[in-house]
Amino acid sequence: MNLFEAIADLAKRKTWPVLFTFLGLGVIFLGGFQWALAVTNTEQFCISCHEMEENVFKEYRDTIHYANRTGVRATCPDCHVPRQWQHMVVRKIQASNELLHKVLGTIDTPEKFERKRLELARHVWEAMKKTDSRECRNCHNFNSMDFTRQGIRAFDFHERGFAQNKTCIDCHKGIAHTLPRGMTVADDSSHMQ
Amino acid sequence: MIKRKLPSIRMIFMMVILACAGITPAQAGDVTGLRGGVPLDGAERSPELTKWMPDSHALPRAYLQQPPLVPHQIESYKIDMRQNKCMTCHSWSKAKETRATKISLTHFRNRFGSEMSDVSPQRYFCTQCHVPQKDAPPLVENTFKPVEAIK
Repeated sequence: MNLFEAIADLAKRKTWPVLFTFLGLGVIFLGGFQWALAVTNTEQFCISCHEMEENVFKEYRDTIHYANRTGVRATCPDCHVPRQWQHMVVRKIQASNELLHKVLGTIDTPEKFERKRLELARHVWEAMKKTDSRECRNCHNFNSMDFTRQGIRAFDFHERGFAQNKTCIDCHKGIAHTLPRGMTVADDSSHMQ
Repeated sequence: MIKRKLPSIRMIFMMVILACAGITPAQAGDVTGLRGGVPLDGAERSPELTKWMPDSHALPRAYLQQPPLVPHQIESYKIDMRQNKCMTCHSWSKAKETRATKISLTHFRNRFGSEMSDVSPQRYFCTQCHVPQKDAPPLVENTFKPVEAIK
């Protein structure tokens, strides 16, 4: 039975209404899924939790990714949620763990957050190292950088760092948030020849 | 009791004399502060916006014992209990690889003269002495000239 015959067969049996119903449901489901992804990928959603608003968001407002001369801002999801669909979904699934700890109140006071900060920061550093700072590179591309337009120090470090396969997070820890207390020598991956 | 009262009597006496001489706070306005004679409750014109000098190499010193100037931008570099951004390059352990100037040996000595194993707490806040430069006119006119001998 070829495709045309199959369609003709379906038409005869009057299964069109059933098909359209499923098609409609599919559109609603997929549309809703994408909508939910879009809504949860906003700064407003992130800081609707006081854990984020009171600690990391406040610190970030002093940094270059929030306050700068060009008016381009990198908001929470720009750095913390992957853009590529497959990676984004993985991150969203991992976020269910964050929901659990929101309910448990694991970091619901600044003091509790401070006590956990080193561990949480290490998770993020590890992830960024593993992905070769993928989220940074959505905007900052090595290949598009004009070293001659950078400062003397940035020129030198970038040239050497790229040659030694460094990734952004190796040197740029704590650019958007306060560094945690209790960091050890092992946390510093910025060493270069 | 009499001895204790004596100073206060003297004080009152002196205050009377001062009052007679007309030295009251109201007439201290002859001294012009950095505000340029603008009264405290008055609106001062907004200062001209100036920019930090672009990154360069070591700047010359103007007098002996002058703390070296910072020849680069240090905006958003934090120095607090958790971190000292300056030390990520200028510490002895990092200076060689970052090609930065090492902090002075004197900065390991604490106020009692003991040598510490790391930078002394009294020297920890780098920007108390080491400052970056702005291309701005001096706040107060002066005739200062750099020392010839160390030019």
